[in-house]
Amino acid sequence: MKRLLSAAVLGLALLGTAQAAIDTYEFASEAERERYRNLVEELRCPKCQNQNIADSDAPIAMDLRAEIFRMLEEGQSNEQIIDFLVSRYGDFVLYKPPVTARTLLLWYGPAGLLAGGFVLLGVILLRRRSKPGVTASGLSADEQQRLAALLNQTPVDKKD
Amino acid sequence: MKRLLLLLPLVVFLGVAVFLYRGLFLDPSELPSALIGKPLPAFSLPAVQDGKPLTEADLKGKPALVNVWATWCVACRVEHPVLNKLAKLGVTIYGVNYKDDNAAAQKWLVEFHDPYQLNINDARGTLGLDLGVYGAPETFLIDKDGIIRHKFVGVIDERVWREQLAPLYQALVDEAQP
Repeated sequence: MKRLLSAAVLGLALLGTAQAAIDTYEFASEAERERYRNLVEELRCPKCQNQNIADSDAPIAMDLRAEIFRMLEEGQSNEQIIDFLVSRYGDFVLYKPPVTARTLLLWYGPAGLLAGGFVLLGVILLRRRSKPGVTASGLSADEQQRLAALLNQTPVDKKD
Repeated sequence: MKRLLLLLPLVVFLGVAVFLYRGLFLDPSELPSALIGKPLPAFSLPAVQDGKPLTEADLKGKPALVNVWATWCVACRVEHPVLNKLAKLGVTIYGVNYKDDNAAAQKWLVEFHDPYQLNINDARGTLGLDLGVYGAPETFLIDKDGIIRHKFVGVIDERVWREQLAPLYQALVDEAQP
């Protein structure tokens, strides 16, 4: 019973992912189908902004899926298909934007910030270590001596 | 030097603040056309009214608006009276009837008046695809050589025309004069 239930739950969960695109295209091979899947998942729907064209129900996404299928059938390469769409809709349709001068910050900004943080941390640590005559309490040798003297002093103005 | 270093967090904060503040006023749905500066894509499609074959060469000669419309497009109905007005003012407007039923389109043009000099019947949306159209109405500004100079997505109302498109169109008209 328990096993049946978990199977049913798993089945329901899988149903959600299988529903995304409801086109019925006949592919020549499994590899072809895989290429189609990758393409429609990597390309962004121009109309609905935050969906790829695999998930979108917008008419334009349907048209683009049909167009991609047609081009796959014709034996065009992934680059050709992507170029075809970029030449019409711009870099906007790419969820993976190309590395250009404008997108350098996007691609390498986070890594740059991380590296910068490590450099800063290194500098701070090195500086701390290399300062002479500073102990853990942050006092110089002179100040240590004075502190010891003060601590050893007996209070003079003590009454009774 | 130490003092200046203390100001660093403030400088970083101001930088991020300016950056994010600007982001508040950017329109993420604005999609710059990939076709600006490029000629109209080649096509060979029938006219809406009489089925006469049309090509991109028919749209050359003077600066014009190329308006992508359809009868199923609700916003196009809002836009239509404005186009009528512009046509009356002497603005050249060409139509691309995008993925539409031709009989419905003809009826629409009779009922609501026809502001278009030419109307291309793009029933399968092939020209629309080549133009990077993703929803009607969309309007392209082309110069006298048929080069796409600007694209506007959405309804052209009087304000959009006055503030955005009219100056650009006028510039193209001035440019076309020898």
